[in-house]
Amino acid sequence: MPAVSKGDGMRGLAVFISDIRNCKSKEAEVKRINKELANIRSKFKGDKALDGYSKKKYVCKLLFIFLLGHDIDFGHMEAVNLLSSNKYTEKQIGYLFISVLVNSNSELIRLINNAIKNDLASRNATFMNLALHCIANVGSREMAEAFASDIPRILVAGDTMDSVKQSAALCLLRLNRTSPDLVPMGEWTARVVHLLNDQHLGVVTAATSLITTLAQKSPDDFKTSVSLAVARLSRIVTSASIDLQDYTYYFVAAPWLSVKLLRLLQCYPPPEDASLRSRLSECLETILNKAQEPPKSKKVQHSNAKNAVLFEAIALIIHHDSEPNLLVRACNQLGQFLQHRETNLRYLALESMCTLASSEFSHEAVKTHIETVISALKTERDVSVRQRAVDLLYAMCDRSNSKQIVAEMLSYLETADYSIREEIVLKVAILAEKYAVDYTWYVDTILNLIRIAGDYVSEEVWYRVIQIVINRDDVQGYAAKTVFEALQAPACHENLVKVGGYILGEFGNLIAGDPRSSPLVQFNLLHSKFHLCSVPTRALLLSAYIKFINLFPEVKGTIQDVLRSDSQLRNADVELQQRAVEYLRLSCIASTDILATVLEEMPPFPERESSILAKLKKKKGSSKLPDMDDSRKNVNGSAEHAEDAEVASKVPSHTFTDNLSVNSAPSSGASLLVDVFSDFSSAAPTESSDEHFPRFVCKNNGVIYENQLLQIGLKSEYRQNLGRMYVFYGNKTSTQFQSFSTSVSSNDVLCSQLNVQEKPVDPLIEAGAQVQQILNIECVSDFSDAPVLNIQFRYGGTLQNIAVKLPVMLNKFFQPTEMTSQDFFQRWKQLGAPQQEVQKIFIAKNQMDTDVTKAKLLGFGVALLDGVDPNPVNFVGAGIIHTKTTQVGCLLRLEPNTQAQMYRLTLRTSKESVSQRLCELLSEQF
Amino acid sequence: MVYGGSEAAHLFRRKFSALFMMQFMLLFSRQGKLRLQKWYVPLSDKEKKKITRELVQTVLARKPKMCSFLEWRDLKIVYKRYASLYFCCAIEDQDNELITLEIIHRYVELLDKYFGSVCELDIIFNFEKAYFILDEFLLGGEAQETSKKNVLKAIEQADLLQENIDFQMRLFAGRQRCRDPSQRAGGNWTHINTFSIIVILLIITL
Repeated sequence: MPAVSKGDGMRGLAVFISDIRNCKSKEAEVKRINKELANIRSKFKGDKALDGYSKKKYVCKLLFIFLLGHDIDFGHMEAVNLLSSNKYTEKQIGYLFISVLVNSNSELIRLINNAIKNDLASRNATFMNLALHCIANVGSREMAEAFASDIPRILVAGDTMDSVKQSAALCLLRLNRTSPDLVPMGEWTARVVHLLNDQHLGVVTAATSLITTLAQKSPDDFKTSVSLAVARLSRIVTSASIDLQDYTYYFVAAPWLSVKLLRLLQCYPPPEDASLRSRLSECLETILNKAQEPPKSKKVQHSNAKNAVLFEAIALIIHHDSEPNLLVRACNQLGQFLQHRETNLRYLALESMCTLASSEFSHEAVKTHIETVISALKTERDVSVRQRAVDLLYAMCDRSNSKQIVAEMLSYLETADYSIREEIVLKVAILAEKYAVDYTWYVDTILNLIRIAGDYVSEEVWYRVIQIVINRDDVQGYAAKTVFEALQAPACHENLVKVGGYILGEFGNLIAGDPRSSPLVQFNLLHSKFHLCSVPTRALLLSAYIKFINLFPEVKGTIQDVLRSDSQLRNADVELQQRAVEYLRLSCIASTDILATVLEEMPPFPERESSILAKLKKKKGSSKLPDMDDSRKNVNGSAEHAEDAEVASKVPSHTFTDNLSVNSAPSSGASLLVDVFSDFSSAAPTESSDEHFPRFVCKNNGVIYENQLLQIGLKSEYRQNLGRMYVFYGNKTSTQFQSFSTSVSSNDVLCSQLNVQEKPVDPLIEAGAQVQQILNIECVSDFSDAPVLNIQFRYGGTLQNIAVKLPVMLNKFFQPTEMTSQDFFQRWKQLGAPQQEVQKIFIAKNQMDTDVTKAKLLGFGVALLDGVDPNPVNFVGAGIIHTKTTQVGCLLRLEPNTQAQMYRLTLRTSKESVSQRLCELLSEQF
Repeated sequence: MVYGGSEAAHLFRRKFSALFMMQFMLLFSRQGKLRLQKWYVPLSDKEKKKITRELVQTVLARKPKMCSFLEWRDLKIVYKRYASLYFCCAIEDQDNELITLEIIHRYVELLDKYFGSVCELDIIFNFEKAYFILDEFLLGGEAQETSKKNVLKAIEQADLLQENIDFQMRLFAGRQRCRDPSQRAGGNWTHINTFSIIVILLIITL
């Protein structure tokens, strides 16, 4: 098929593109483009109306210029014109321009919405597809608002063409991602599930993606998809490769669809129904068997497609984590791939094995491949593959192989790429701590880390080694001896000086009996490093010196001399100077008893999560990490400590922090150490919040609550006396929230006036993730209080309580009512009884802007009636409050007085309590 | 602030939706010139440019025998080189790398079939076609139609529609522009269709 004559040959465009390509320099190109832009601009502005062809040509040129990386700020209107044309060729270019250039320029979207509507209704498959592609490509909220309700209809209609169904399914998927709240669930959902049975495999392919997305949103509604997906999958994997005709890809039957079906099944636990379950197991076994068969083609596409399905099947097996037999088979299969000649497969095998290692059924099987993984670490030429090997070693590490793995990682560290060194350091530090049986090994490992990759050892790592040494007295002597020896090296890393200074300052006495490490030798050794160190380290060393004065009275004179020297007492750095002055003074005036108390050994640190682990989680996201819980118990004894508020409150009495860090300048060494203590674990008292409450009177969406941990966003919609509120809980931390639960409480009076029903919410919120909860609200009768949303969850061992006043107010159940001036006044008069009217005069808190006021009143829920009030600056509105029991008509009038900066608000309703409440709510808004 | 900047907000949103999908696809030449970009997540032009710049650099720096996947920020990049062009997709953490690699290959096959042994020049001069084909194949970051035949049929039909409208315009305007339709080698099928569409269009316009 001679293809290039295709298209309508816009000669001008081709000439322009050739010109650009012939440009010898960037400047020439820019010049040519600017010339063209000027030309197009003048054509668009010219008096002569352009014909469709020229318009199309110019819009195409603009598109080309944009794709070269230049900004385009005009031509949108012409594109909109093209898009509305009924000539296919123009329409197509118009749509393309909009899809490529428009992100979510809402003004423009509104302009094209109409044209899109027409095309959707055209019953011409090609036009409909263009429109659907455009919606899916732009995918903005405005689009969702305009079309989210039409598309399901197109999708399930019996007479829709297959190709349109495909586009509609994925279009809906995109809208659901952008604005899940706008895609209404309904009776169409059941029919969508049945698309899994469709004759046309393309339709099934598209629909499976949509169903997966929707099933993640509301798993219960799509439960039936499991059996259909298993049936479909079973048919595919058992089919002969030619059965599926064009859906067979290099002898693999429908690989894309298979992957999608396996992915859909990962939204659900293993099927409970025994026959379904065994049918699924058969499928998975067949897929595993096929991996052992000789390849049907030598082409890499064949093996890729086949293995894509295989890896997805393994992902499902791991997700179910219930069939030991399958898990072990999966592991063996991956083991074969570890030595495959294709780099891609080795990479993926290492990656998948990481997740297998976390299953109790396959952990042992994964461990048998340790030698292969270690050799991958040494021999792989591609750093991203080596990185995977490090991850896998980390994941498969346990008490039995930790020494070997840590040793291998340490030796790899010496030659590792700079980009991954820090991560390896963190991993080694964590493994060494987690699996340390004897802590001398742990201390050696960390000191080795500092020796090999001192620059990549972050604060957290050396803080942690100090915390552990202080908390475990069996290792203190060894630690003192080891750091002393390490410090003998002529050039040692500053981090080692920090650890050495701190440990000798605390436990130098444990090795002082040996004449080779007498107090004076220790001091001289430390002080020989002093001048090479940065200010924070020097500050830390000064603190170590004052501790020496307490530990070893015999070196007091020597140390006082050092403190007294000009280089200390007159140091340019204020922190160092102050320490020298204060420590010197302290050593002169305080008695030995006082010194002994003030400079007492550090008390054990309170239990907390390893700061290193927190750091690694921040780097990697928490999902891939093994749990550290058991190690915390090892190091510090009881884990219950964590919730003991008393322990936390004792922390400020730490001598090191209180007495030594006299000045708490942020750069001081001691205060650096304090920083790690800052996240005390304790049960936080209930935080309650209604500060954002008033902001929701005139709007329905926004953030209602936010602290360092949690952000709560709301979206709500109301119809008559019913409302639905979507509450979004966002975890802002790098740690999972556990036991997350919520409840809505109302006081006794409110209970009978307002029903709030909560849908269940996920008890886990992953780091950085957001979960959604739906509240259904029914207004029984008018009310003036607001329900309270109570939230409870565990964050790093601490129970958090938050109470938020939910912005459900009476005015949310307004239905705006349009009426003529005559009607208005007639009703106004009818509501003339004194108790029906409430009036309030108040001072404007904000600037008095007509448009803002208008928007607020509309947001409040009433219809604004123009031309009713004789004075045009006044606002008049009307609406009906819907409750289950009654409907209350409501009229309002707002009179701004700009000179006095005051408002007068008058409300008349048929019910006194309603008038009161509405007046209270609204008067706070201006 | 944890969520400062629109990019953080974007990541936040993505995690929340916890879905698996392609984030974007880029085609660029060995010289680093971008030939096609398709974004399936909303990002500002500035962010797009930054991502493109970084990614083109990263991918071009990799050696031929290296693996086709790499971690980049918190996404996975799947790329493959065909002659002078790099095809590069960004997917999410749990997404399937191999099937994405084959998505790239299937797209190349589609281009190849449509242009008849495609080369970079075809994509430069007919960039709009490259976009149309991609839209038929992938939508919203997901495979829409994986059958090569069906995708090409859809494009051919659109092409026919286009030519016949052109042809019809020429009839109405009474001038001979473009090229002779008979140059197109198509089977009877094409002609029958051509004819029937002209008839339909005439009916509509009248």
